[in-house]
Amino acid sequence: MSKPVITVENLSKSFTLQHQQPVGGYLALRDVLTDKVKSIFKPGKNRDSTTELFWALKDVSFEVNQGDRIGIIGRNGAGKSTLLKILSRIVAPTQGKITIQGRVASLLEVGTGFHPELTGRENIFLNGAILGMNKAEIKSKFDEIVDFSGVEKFLDTPVKRFSSGMYVRLAFAVAAHLEPEILIIDEVLAVGDAEFQKKCLGKMDDVSKSGRTLLFVSHQMGTISKLCSKSILMVNGSVAKYDSTPLVIDYYLQYSSNQIEKIERQDGFSGNHFRAIQMTDKNLFPKQEYSFEDEISVMVKLTLPDYHPALELVMRLVDKNKNAVFTILEKIDSLISSTKRVDLLVTIPSNFLTPGRYSWMMCINHPMVKLFDLQDDILPFNVVDTGSKFAMYEGDSYGNVFANYSINKI
Amino acid sequence: MKQIVITPESVEANYWKDLWSFRSLFYFLAWRDVLVRYKQTAIGVAWSVLRPLLTIAVFWVVGWIFNLPDEGVPRIILVTAATLPWQFFSSAFSDAANSLIANSNLLTKVYFPRIIVPVSTVIVCLIDFLISFAILVVIMVAIQYTPGWQILLLPLFLLLALVTAMGSGLLIAALNVKYRDFRYIIPFVVQFGLYISPVAFSSSSIYNNQHIPVALKFIYAMNPMVGVIDGFRWCITGGQIQINTNAFVLSVMISVLFLVWGISYFRKTEKYFADII
Repeated sequence: MSKPVITVENLSKSFTLQHQQPVGGYLALRDVLTDKVKSIFKPGKNRDSTTELFWALKDVSFEVNQGDRIGIIGRNGAGKSTLLKILSRIVAPTQGKITIQGRVASLLEVGTGFHPELTGRENIFLNGAILGMNKAEIKSKFDEIVDFSGVEKFLDTPVKRFSSGMYVRLAFAVAAHLEPEILIIDEVLAVGDAEFQKKCLGKMDDVSKSGRTLLFVSHQMGTISKLCSKSILMVNGSVAKYDSTPLVIDYYLQYSSNQIEKIERQDGFSGNHFRAIQMTDKNLFPKQEYSFEDEISVMVKLTLPDYHPALELVMRLVDKNKNAVFTILEKIDSLISSTKRVDLLVTIPSNFLTPGRYSWMMCINHPMVKLFDLQDDILPFNVVDTGSKFAMYEGDSYGNVFANYSINKI
Repeated sequence: MKQIVITPESVEANYWKDLWSFRSLFYFLAWRDVLVRYKQTAIGVAWSVLRPLLTIAVFWVVGWIFNLPDEGVPRIILVTAATLPWQFFSSAFSDAANSLIANSNLLTKVYFPRIIVPVSTVIVCLIDFLISFAILVVIMVAIQYTPGWQILLLPLFLLLALVTAMGSGLLIAALNVKYRDFRYIIPFVVQFGLYISPVAFSSSSIYNNQHIPVALKFIYAMNPMVGVIDGFRWCITGGQIQINTNAFVLSVMISVLFLVWGISYFRKTEKYFADII
């Protein structure tokens, strides 16, 4: 058992929320002065009516051992970035204590401190110094950095003339050659082309193989599951789970299924033909976040309009760009027995939909005659990359389905 | 292996040690500002000579037209000896005071002792001052003016100017993060300061004027730049321009007071910079 290099004890961070924002977003001296004057004349008035404490982090404790690769996941506003900012000493905690053994380098942004007017060469030195390298260190790694970035032809061009891709590559190259004992990274891989991302992941792999500790924040579960052995799930400023990555991702998918859309309507009104519809797993347990390896089910409870043999149930799955992925078309005739009510479970096989956000359009249709109860853009759900072979291309559009194909030598 | 402890108070604990370990950043930030300052300008570094030169020309002509007292020293020497330190102070003060806002992207993304930012801008202005000092040398050679031994003490007065600019710059920089009002106060201070500092006139014309009440003279002497400029003139003219010792001591005290106040306020507030900038 190796000893902990990061020990976080009861860490909390609060911000004061101002409900009445001063004009322009900045605190002006005028406002402070007038507030002071006002409070002289109205001593009874409680000042808490305009300010409120918001706890971005609450009582966070965990330990990280040397050589660990820790992923930090959670929804927006769960406190991930605040945690990283405190760990990298950019902001001070309100309470608690962190003990870190070794030098920390944090990459909260690619190209921090890059100056557009300076050349690539000059920015390598500047950025290196800002990230905590000294001049000799930068000099000794200069060639490696240039080589990694692949922009040697443009070294003496001001970076303002760089393409955004070149800019990012150069910036990451500098950061990748930091040699701290602990490296903290926030979503920087979300940029750059796929080939370069692959290179970056490889580099981060090397970093941890050489015994250094890595903390990595990302929305991209795929990257986390490829890269990190253990993960921390943050929920509302607290650590909800800290365990091996697959367990944490499972828990996350389960957890986030608590606030899912569910449509339930009164039966019997004319036009209300979808009684209840909901995304579930195959055991009818409500769910909204699926792994790409999960079966995806949708429960549909129908009350049928006056029977006609031509009635159809239409369910169209659309992706986040509102393009149709596929449409299910079933003659209701084949689904019902005798009653006007029918409960259905539609299941999409596992390993079929690629990671992304999807939603449904559903209707009951009498072709060329009447459209009954059209429900558009309902039941959004996410398919999450929990480590597919496309994980490192996450965010790129590589289609909505995993193709079932065969490749043979001929 | 180095151990770092982060607590709500930790920023204060190992401040100077931290500052030392980030010493190369002083150099790189100053180096960046020097490189960037004259990029894409046609005449480049000549600007740092041209700007004070034009100011000197204006004050010279004004002094000549109104026939201001010159106490037997070539007027051009008198004007230059005052303009150079004033230019240094005004640019160092306003650049330092605006430096944190200008580098807010750094403050919110990486850790380093925040004091590095304003201090390195002052260093840049110091470099500019040294370049513009060539003006004085050229003038002295051109009019064959020989300074006395007192010129060897000039670095001391430069240090006083540095302390003055640093102290007030740090204070305003820290305040500027929280109250953007100071952004508008800075140009006013610089402009108003020029009128109440002995750039266009000489201090003796204030001190020796019987019509000015003592209280007003006292207030005049509280301006630290009075001490700096009188000191510069004294050094360069070989003691021909006198320093009022009492007034000078007062200036120095005010200057040091500002430095102590500036640093302590800066350190007290710097851990919140990233939260509120």
